[in-house]
Amino acid sequence: MEISVTVNGQTYQRDIEPRLLLVHFLRDELGLTGTHWGCDTSNCGACVVWLEGVPVKSCTVLAVMADGRAVRTVEGLEDEVGLDPVQRGFMACHGLQCGFCTPGMMMTARWLLDRDPDPSEEDIREAISGQVCRCTGYENIVRSIRWAAEQGVTRKESDVESTSEVPA
Amino acid sequence: MTTTEEHASPVGYGRLQRKEDTRFIRGHGTYVDDITLPGMLHGAVLRSPYAHARIVSIDTSSADAHPKVKAVITGETLAGLNLAWMPTLSQDVQAVLATDKVRFQGQEVAFVIAEDRYSARDALELIDVDYEPLPPVVDALQALDPDAPVIRDDLEGRRDNHIFDWEAGESARTDEVFAAADVVSEQDMLYPRVHPAPIETCGAVADMDPVTGKLTVWTTSQAPHAHRTIYALVAGLPEHKIRVVSPDIGGGFGNKVGIYPGYVCAVVGSILTGKPVKWVEDRSENLMSTSFARDYHMHGEIASTKDGKILGIRVRVLADHGAFNGTAQPTKFPAGFFGVFTGSYDIEAAHCSVVGVYTNKAPGGVAYACSFRITEAVYLVERLVDVLAYDLGVDPAELRLRNLLRPDQFPYQSKTGWEYDSGDYPRTLGLATEMAHYDDLRAEQAHRRDLNSAGLSRDLMGIGVSFFTEAVGAGPRKHMDILGLGMADGAELRVHPTGKAVLRLSCQTQGQGHETTFAQIVAEELGIAPDDIDVVHGDTDQTPFGLGTYGSRSTPVSGAAAAVVARRVRERAKIVASAMLEVNPDDLEWEKGRWFVRGDPEAGKSIQDIAMAAHSTLELPEGVEGHLDATCVYNPPNLTYPFGAYVCVVDVDADTGQVKVRKFVAVDDCGVRINPTIVEGQVHGGLADGVGMALMQVMAFDEEGNHLGGSFMDYLLPTAMECPSWELGETCTPSPHHPIGAKGIGESATVGSPAAVVNAVVDALKPYRVRHADMPLTPAAVWRAMQGRPLRTDLAI
Repeated sequence: MEISVTVNGQTYQRDIEPRLLLVHFLRDELGLTGTHWGCDTSNCGACVVWLEGVPVKSCTVLAVMADGRAVRTVEGLEDEVGLDPVQRGFMACHGLQCGFCTPGMMMTARWLLDRDPDPSEEDIREAISGQVCRCTGYENIVRSIRWAAEQGVTRKESDVESTSEVPA
Repeated sequence: MTTTEEHASPVGYGRLQRKEDTRFIRGHGTYVDDITLPGMLHGAVLRSPYAHARIVSIDTSSADAHPKVKAVITGETLAGLNLAWMPTLSQDVQAVLATDKVRFQGQEVAFVIAEDRYSARDALELIDVDYEPLPPVVDALQALDPDAPVIRDDLEGRRDNHIFDWEAGESARTDEVFAAADVVSEQDMLYPRVHPAPIETCGAVADMDPVTGKLTVWTTSQAPHAHRTIYALVAGLPEHKIRVVSPDIGGGFGNKVGIYPGYVCAVVGSILTGKPVKWVEDRSENLMSTSFARDYHMHGEIASTKDGKILGIRVRVLADHGAFNGTAQPTKFPAGFFGVFTGSYDIEAAHCSVVGVYTNKAPGGVAYACSFRITEAVYLVERLVDVLAYDLGVDPAELRLRNLLRPDQFPYQSKTGWEYDSGDYPRTLGLATEMAHYDDLRAEQAHRRDLNSAGLSRDLMGIGVSFFTEAVGAGPRKHMDILGLGMADGAELRVHPTGKAVLRLSCQTQGQGHETTFAQIVAEELGIAPDDIDVVHGDTDQTPFGLGTYGSRSTPVSGAAAAVVARRVRERAKIVASAMLEVNPDDLEWEKGRWFVRGDPEAGKSIQDIAMAAHSTLELPEGVEGHLDATCVYNPPNLTYPFGAYVCVVDVDADTGQVKVRKFVAVDDCGVRINPTIVEGQVHGGLADGVGMALMQVMAFDEEGNHLGGSFMDYLLPTAMECPSWELGETCTPSPHHPIGAKGIGESATVGSPAAVVNAVVDALKPYRVRHADMPLTPAAVWRAMQGRPLRTDLAI
């Protein structure tokens, strides 16, 4: 069936099978492979994207459910101003290792900070509790999100170069 | 990122931000499933619903007739190519696609190749397999019963499920020590079957070019060079016509060391169809069929004097290896490096015996950041010490301190034949107990127990200590191999004319940050900024041979190789500099980044100037070639022995058995740290693994052999809610034989932390006279232990 989905501000029209999952639509139809797939059962959160501004696990959303709606993926975090503070935070605080859970974690983090610009460590842990990371033990993910919070929501020209020395 | 001076990024060791992150945080990593080739087909595996059954017939006609199906491969197809069976990494064979029987639930039976991934899955439903169910062997403790069904009747003359017997240490001497000891404590304990569960599952894209005959396999491999050689040996393909590429890997932890039937089927599929074939397993397939870890049933005994001097340790192990002996480990070590079970203690004698058995479960055994079974060994000895402390009524930290090896005993020859390279154990334990405020914790616990006794609180508090020593960095090639391939690693370093460099490594990163740390090693040796050094890895066409990344071997082996090639380049640069400066090379001195004339520091040449001169028309001394590059193969003289001391504090709800990890202090000594931030990240991840294994992760089976942990709804992994904020400390005892004194860190926390968590929980349950309880300590397991009716956690009861 024909659907029209706006992903990161660009509208795509595709003829798809009704059963196609949103994660496969993004990856296989649109080539946006930054969104990952990890479990099929909504447990790992590697596939988290925004649907109409709300984080969803795209492995359990049908692509047709996104028809006429807006999706935001990791590829849409960076804009013409530069990297999102969340992206910079993950780099600055070593919030990723293999990088597989990272896009989903960052999408949730951005959503959290949009609603609560100054979350506590507990708030952050709860916000990402539907997502699994096997590398970091979550410590530096939490720090990364706090780092982004401390930068404020306003993006600055200063890119990652200014923070290439990682804080201890 | 840049490393210009104003940003003060380290040109060498230090907290450098990772180079690889720039692609990952943009979603621009390239994992196997991100690869799409023109005309690519998709494969899917049909798996057995039975743990043990004879295959009567397989009818693929309906699947063949599916309009989008290009081919269906069965064991019969593969048998015609002599590929129905493949060698395992432990001198056994494993069915690629079953021909005679299925031997575990989830075993590979057929492979469908279709135009898209959904159609391939659809077609699996159209294959009709007629099975004759057979009684399964589920409980390893019954695998050697005389009337147990024989699983491996494919092996000629096989009449039982026995795989191997292995022992280490001195049996008679150990018996003498035990006979003379004041106290002997013993304990049965299970290290249950667990799975590393990287978030990226395993997969491959195979592309056989029908014109050139060149096979390219992009695959989730921690050991691309070993995979290439094995493909050559298994399929009879010429090795120079095989290119194995490990692109970005979404976590490995040992799960991606071996070769899985799906990879082989993708290769065969590409050969048969003339098209690229992608196969990526789903989560259930990953959990049910790929390399598990542990499954060690252990009986440990520890002998001591009445005042707590440990004299000896004696261990019997029953090792469940599943249906095929597929553990990845050096040939001489069928039980991996379990022989380091004497731990960190100065004892008189030790002995262990290990019996390996087949069961109707998936093959594997060494996977999950375990350093070749050291996880099991550390857990055993650290639980035994706590059991002894319980029996003696001595504080477990104090008991450890009394028995730790002293610094003056290094290099230390263990009673089971290992040479520990260096250590200062009391200092590390002292730092951990100091950071944890251990005495205050014990005082708080005493107060809490008073409240418990008075009926004023139902919250139990437990404090657990563990001390571990690992043996990593396999290894000396005369002793260690994988399938006969010695475990030395190559490295190549080339400095370009403008002073930028490329380092080519045999090992592969799955998140460890090799592109950063290995550049830092070269930077430290040559003074070239890390950003000016490209680290190439994971592609057999572009890198020298080596055995890959597992067993914490990257830094101990390939890291050493990187340092050695950099030093060779430095020596070559010295000769070039001497020609440039028209002085004798012996008159030159090195400081990071330049050679200069001794006594005249102004007269010097930077490594960049030297690189240009080395490529120029400058006349060089006779016998000295131009350019600036070097190669090496590093053969480690010994393993390295990182160690650490961990303290865990838990709160247990006496009414529900729920455990909450309140605090975790980890002091690691991995020798010299190249990038401390990355080291700490490795520790954080391992600690979460330890909490997961201790409290929630287990793959149990029911009596039919049904896998009860086949999804993340059943196989529970720790989230941010179960993990505390880790408190890390550091001591540094360099390895004396490693070129830069580093020891490896990738698995330390996974090895050391489960015992700390379990010791803490058991300590909390001391008022209930609980002396031991098996992992995972789920609320049910804790509650049952408190009732004196412990759970058998590996079986559905």
